[in-house]
Amino acid sequence: MNSQENRQEIDRLIDKGDGPAASIALSELWQSEKGPAAASFAVPRYEQIRSQLSLLPYRVAMLRSFTVEPMVPMLRAAAFSVGIDLTVHLSDFNAYAQEILDPASSLYQFQPDAAFLAMQTRDIAPELWKGFADLDPGQVRSACSRVTHEFQQWISAFRQHCGAHLIVHNLEEPSFAANGLLDIQNGNGQKLNIQQINRELVAIANQNTGVFILDYDSLIARHGRDSWHNEQRWLTVRLPLSGPSMNPLVDEWMKFLHPLSGRVAKCVVVDLDNTLWGGVIGEDGMDGIRLGEDHPGAAYQDLQRALLDLHHRGILLAICSKNNPDDAWEVLNRHPGMKLQPKHFSATRINWFEKPANIREIAAELAIGLDSLAFLDDNPSERREMRSALPEVWVVHLPSDPMLFARAVRECALFERLSLSAEDHQRSEMYQAQREREQLQQTIPSREDFLRSLQQEAEVEPVSKSTLARVAQLTNKTNQFNLTTRRRSEQEIAELCTSPAWNCFSLRVYDRFGDNGLVGVAITHRQEDCCEIDTFLLSCRVIGRSVEAAFLSFLACDARERGSSRLSGWFHPTKKNQPARDFYPTHGFAMDIQEGDAIRWVLDISKNIPLCPDWIHLRILTGEEK
Amino acid sequence: MSSPLLDRVRGIAADVLEVPITQVTPDSSPETLETWDSVHHLNLVLALEQEFNLQFEPEEIDQLDNVGEIVTVISRKQNVAS
Repeated sequence: MNSQENRQEIDRLIDKGDGPAASIALSELWQSEKGPAAASFAVPRYEQIRSQLSLLPYRVAMLRSFTVEPMVPMLRAAAFSVGIDLTVHLSDFNAYAQEILDPASSLYQFQPDAAFLAMQTRDIAPELWKGFADLDPGQVRSACSRVTHEFQQWISAFRQHCGAHLIVHNLEEPSFAANGLLDIQNGNGQKLNIQQINRELVAIANQNTGVFILDYDSLIARHGRDSWHNEQRWLTVRLPLSGPSMNPLVDEWMKFLHPLSGRVAKCVVVDLDNTLWGGVIGEDGMDGIRLGEDHPGAAYQDLQRALLDLHHRGILLAICSKNNPDDAWEVLNRHPGMKLQPKHFSATRINWFEKPANIREIAAELAIGLDSLAFLDDNPSERREMRSALPEVWVVHLPSDPMLFARAVRECALFERLSLSAEDHQRSEMYQAQREREQLQQTIPSREDFLRSLQQEAEVEPVSKSTLARVAQLTNKTNQFNLTTRRRSEQEIAELCTSPAWNCFSLRVYDRFGDNGLVGVAITHRQEDCCEIDTFLLSCRVIGRSVEAAFLSFLACDARERGSSRLSGWFHPTKKNQPARDFYPTHGFAMDIQEGDAIRWVLDISKNIPLCPDWIHLRILTGEEK
Repeated sequence: MSSPLLDRVRGIAADVLEVPITQVTPDSSPETLETWDSVHHLNLVLALEQEFNLQFEPEEIDQLDNVGEIVTVISRKQNVAS
């Protein structure tokens, strides 16, 4: 189908009322034709079918010193194509500073989920950009400190007035330094000073929660500094970018919106033949497949290296391959060119079954949703089959040239993370321990015997600076055992931690197989004699292990000690939180109020409190008191 | 006047200016189409550049103020290129 026929087909699907099919076709169109023309086609059509799709609403503010208007429809089309319905607020051209500093400005009235601060060096530091050679060292110093001071002011004002995430473009370096070749070895050169501002900008961001740096200078460098700009367009319409540079900038923005909105893959499922190595092991044999330091095996080794990097980022790896298991395992265990080892894979399906069935099993085995899986396969027909059989699974677009495989993985926004918790680093070891637990469960008859044999320890602690990132991550990612599914940023949780009537607790679980990590969060809010459980969630890693009872028992004790006589909590049903539905009634709570599908449960804790199961050792750490 | 080039330009203009393609004629201009403001004009220029893989000079951009003129400029640039 050519692009004209594609467009007609999309309109036909929309007329037919088949929104979901039109949406798949629109995202394929966007993938293959990304740009202003495709965006103008796609956005109004997505708007037409949005009621038939399940989209995540998300609000983005753009604080900018240059024309970004043509990129707004592109950003919205890119977001729609991954299930995000974006509303965009643009600051007035040169009013970004007022908007940030004024708590009553339209920026804050807009109530963004995230804001981008997109400044150019030439706007924020014109003297460093254009007039550098005129300045003496003292003037250079004062220009640099003025700029960092402004960033500092804007960022802290934003943090003070608003809980949204803030993404700040760093400053670009000029193509030609004012002093030519002399600049690089001059201890006080133009580029060095801009780099110094960028380093200080990182330090400012790190002092605040929810503030992230977009490395704009690296983005330009990656793309080619000369072809990035279009000077004529800058002078005529204040758009500094050339037409082809708009796509990479939009992609870079999307890399932030993916992790911020939870559109991420927790596990990447890889094929073997012609993906992890070149050739087919069943036909070419150990000596025939291409995998090693040199061409043509190097491309596959590079891909393995990229996947290993994802593994260190806490993303699980799994294998789904149509192969004879013995052949494949021989490569995995023994081939000298393999960078990835069997221990790096948390689940494997090497057989002749259809891949969608295998993928379902992998999702079940790892206890993660299909929408958290990415599928990496060189074979376009396998990818097509996956897309139509399991549309929730993210299918990574792999180019046909294996030399570009590693790059495709490194560019993929699904694998971006904005913070890494200790859990991310050790996630796959934890899954390894999980497999051992499951084997134990198969050998022990009764559930209670099983739970007893785990020798679990539940450790409850007030949320602190060191656990804040993981706690926020859990409130944003946990879908199944989550009573209210309230998503909160680090900033919001940090604020609750310091509010007198609120308490935030984290739960860590250990057992005989090791540390399960920080796996539970509860937030309570005391109102008169009643303590309301605002948030109660458990990572799917520990569902069914009765640690929720221990956690609840702690909350009841804590509420009573703080003077409450009743403990209450809402259950807000969602598509995914069935596992938490009976939590309150099974622990003796009575129904209090019903609003729509949501139910508030309440328990009198003045006399009795729910007991901690005797097979769990509950440990309470006090942390730093307020 | 009808040509494959005209039809492609009309299609792009209709998408960018958010009007039905039937409303876009060779005479359409910022005077006849309410949505054709300066922001949409820039979007239209960028969309045409992408679609036809060319780049307009600043003086050409001012000239592109009706659909017929856009077709003329594009066909001139394409002839020069080939």
